[in-house]
Amino acid sequence: MISLKINGKENKLEVDPATPLLWVLRDHLQLTGTKYGCGIAQCGACTVHLDGRAVRACVTPVSSAIGKQITTIEGLAETTLGKSVQSAWQEVDVPQCGYCQSGQIMAAAALLKEHPHPSEAQVTAAMDGILCRCGTYNRIRSAIQKAAAQQGGAK
Amino acid sequence: MNNPTINSMSVQGASRREFLKGSAALLGGLVIGFYLPGKGGRAYAADAPPKQVYPPNAFIRIATDDSITIVVNKSEMGQGVYTSLPMLIAEELEADWSRIKVESAPVASVYNHTGFGMQLTGGSSSIPSSWEQLRRVGASARVLLVRAAAQQWGVPEAECHAENSLVNHAKSGKKLSYGKLADAAAKLPLPDNVELKLPKDFKLLGKPMKRIDTPAKINGSAQFGLDIYIPGMLTVLIARSPVFGGQVKRFSATEALKVAGVQGAYLVPSGIAVAASGFWPAKIARDMLEIEWDEGPGAALSTPQMRKEYLGLAKTPGLVARKEGDTEQGFKTAHKSVSAEYEIPYLAHAAMEPLNVVVDLKPDHCTIWTGTQAQTMDRAVAAQTAMLNPDQVEIHTTFLGGGFGRRANPRSDFVLEAVQVAMAIRQPVKVVWTREDDMQGGNYRPMWSDHIEAGVAKDGKPIAWKHTLVGQSIVADTSFEAFMTKNGIDATSVEGAANIPYMIPNLQVDLHSPKNAVPVQWWRSVGHSHTAFVVETMVDELAKLAGKDPVAYRLAMLPAASRYRGVLQLAASKAGWGKKKLPAGHALGVAVHESFHSYVAEVAEVSLENGKIRIHRVVAAVDCGMVINPDGVQQQLESAIVYGLSAALHGAITLDKGRVMQSNFHDYAPLRFSEMPQVEVHIVQSNLPPSGIGEPGTPPIAPAVANALFTLTGKRLRRMPFDQESFA
Repeated sequence: MISLKINGKENKLEVDPATPLLWVLRDHLQLTGTKYGCGIAQCGACTVHLDGRAVRACVTPVSSAIGKQITTIEGLAETTLGKSVQSAWQEVDVPQCGYCQSGQIMAAAALLKEHPHPSEAQVTAAMDGILCRCGTYNRIRSAIQKAAAQQGGAK
Repeated sequence: MNNPTINSMSVQGASRREFLKGSAALLGGLVIGFYLPGKGGRAYAADAPPKQVYPPNAFIRIATDDSITIVVNKSEMGQGVYTSLPMLIAEELEADWSRIKVESAPVASVYNHTGFGMQLTGGSSSIPSSWEQLRRVGASARVLLVRAAAQQWGVPEAECHAENSLVNHAKSGKKLSYGKLADAAAKLPLPDNVELKLPKDFKLLGKPMKRIDTPAKINGSAQFGLDIYIPGMLTVLIARSPVFGGQVKRFSATEALKVAGVQGAYLVPSGIAVAASGFWPAKIARDMLEIEWDEGPGAALSTPQMRKEYLGLAKTPGLVARKEGDTEQGFKTAHKSVSAEYEIPYLAHAAMEPLNVVVDLKPDHCTIWTGTQAQTMDRAVAAQTAMLNPDQVEIHTTFLGGGFGRRANPRSDFVLEAVQVAMAIRQPVKVVWTREDDMQGGNYRPMWSDHIEAGVAKDGKPIAWKHTLVGQSIVADTSFEAFMTKNGIDATSVEGAANIPYMIPNLQVDLHSPKNAVPVQWWRSVGHSHTAFVVETMVDELAKLAGKDPVAYRLAMLPAASRYRGVLQLAASKAGWGKKKLPAGHALGVAVHESFHSYVAEVAEVSLENGKIRIHRVVAAVDCGMVINPDGVQQQLESAIVYGLSAALHGAITLDKGRVMQSNFHDYAPLRFSEMPQVEVHIVQSNLPPSGIGEPGTPPIAPAVANALFTLTGKRLRRMPFDQESFA
């Protein structure tokens, strides 16, 4: 039996500790907002926060998340920053198919937490690992700038 | 004010009927079955004979709380149909847009595509095929609501008017909301004829509208096929043959079955299915299977060998797809000529959501949840496989995490396989394709080799053009073959090549359609995805041969009324073609192409950074007739350009001894954030009926980039992808 703190709530579950966090979230807890895209940390669709830092849940064994604060897209709106990232995404109307967007938003929120005034290069570095086949990258960039401005960050 | 919302169409374990009951309860009112018996016939499209009356109740449900649910009969895969199609209805219905909800349609003939005669999302045709139909649906419902109000008040209908989900009677000041009128309206006979609004009176159409599905897609609540969990469901991964067409000879699952959580391993037609409590145990166990394959003839396929054969064929006469004048004579009189070979690879669709299907198979019923573009075909195949009638098969269409054509398989491959698995396991199953399965699972955009020879006269004008294409037919041996192939020529193979717009007196286009074990399929823009590259780079080459400016050269070859001209001129002018001072080491390239009745010109600004191709900016101009949602058009252009750039720069599926050499995003690399150019979209104003927008932005981007690179480096790119070239 392991215990995981996800979006502020404790969850106790029976699972092989080597199982990637992604599949614990999805198959055990039905937190399906976190997506499977590649399984090898190449696409970032599974991006979640561990103690506020963006990680790829598909290559993170659940054992390494024990004792840490896990935040998924379902819990992102609990912070002001998370909410403003989501509202920037809404304003810019970023998503198309939408499948990668949880990962995009989680990566953007982690970036803005670390760098409230991100430079263009910092945005590119933070977002380069999150693939979008629908080509929403330019809108993602605008939404990040908008969210930063809302946070009193980038001008 | 409320925002329009999405009804989650796929509720765990609940049948559609139970779900409808549930949603009614949630609304605190009765969902009015807007039942309107159909009668009479009317034209659904300007140029089509009367075919079918579309009762509004199939598409519109008005609840007592005034919320309006639009049932959308096209699959939402990012292209925006959950917003644009409701706009068509809401415009004529005079509905309050903020109270619109969307639900995906079940499979029923009333939801058939007006052109294809089956439920299908593809061919950039959702708007053009629904344009008349859905506006009439909305208008019919509005007429009935007004009639119901007039009858209730005892006033002439002509004194009433509908606006913002209310019927008003100005003289008396009376008003009634749609929710209060729906019940009475539902009992009235369908109107014989309805008048549609003139474009000048549109309130929604032509205005930039936010997507209805955005809220669900930014908080994790949007349900894709992979997100469906039903009680008692097992997750299934399948070990498929490493070679197309291979079969299991023998297998051992002894070790695999020891993995905790694994329920069993089953021989199914496509391989060995491993069923487990979740993805992870299924994956671990699948990797432990010992399987001996009978690989069959597919094992002989290797890309270099196939390329050699294709290029050989390209120099021999094929079936004639188009012939004008006499090319042999034309070349004799040509002042200069050029001949070239093109190499274009297989491409995977690589949608972000790998394929997946949930099947709950009972003795007399089969329920399927999946992101499909092809409900009617999938249902027919599922029914036939499970030995049921089609009406015993129910399909819930979830959101699609990208489609790009892959989810409209002419053999219904992924649904067929999942039903076979459900039959073997006899428990609810979710069949999941890993990224590797999806990438190596075939159904690719065909590989092509083209040979082209073109000559110009002394005045620089092209006088002869001989183009031979070699590649598999997508529709061969499918149910589409009968109506998409004529005289042995698959129309999708030569689209964009046989109908080039340029006036060339001696022109011939030949086609070879070899067959092999690699399954092929439509991929965003289908044949155009390769023909635009060949044609538009060769035209550019002729312009250079003639010493002419590529834009002026094209304009001189296009008839005066051609819609190509408008987009070409608009893109060139917005890009500052011939005027803008470019930074050192930058160059522009242009291409123009028609597909799905829409015209797109793109100008790409490129440079080389440490020998690597860098695209700085793409200026696109589009003429897709009347525009429903300009923001949607903009999104689709951005999307189509990125999709095309991914293929142009990096995309290739190759084979060695029948095995696909690429497996995941590290070796089949879509465009990343850091490679993204600035994209500008300009729309040509038009009063013509709307045409496609999901695909037409893809074809011109590869040739625009290649043409820019030629200007920059003097090197002609005739092989895709471009990242295999060295610019040292």
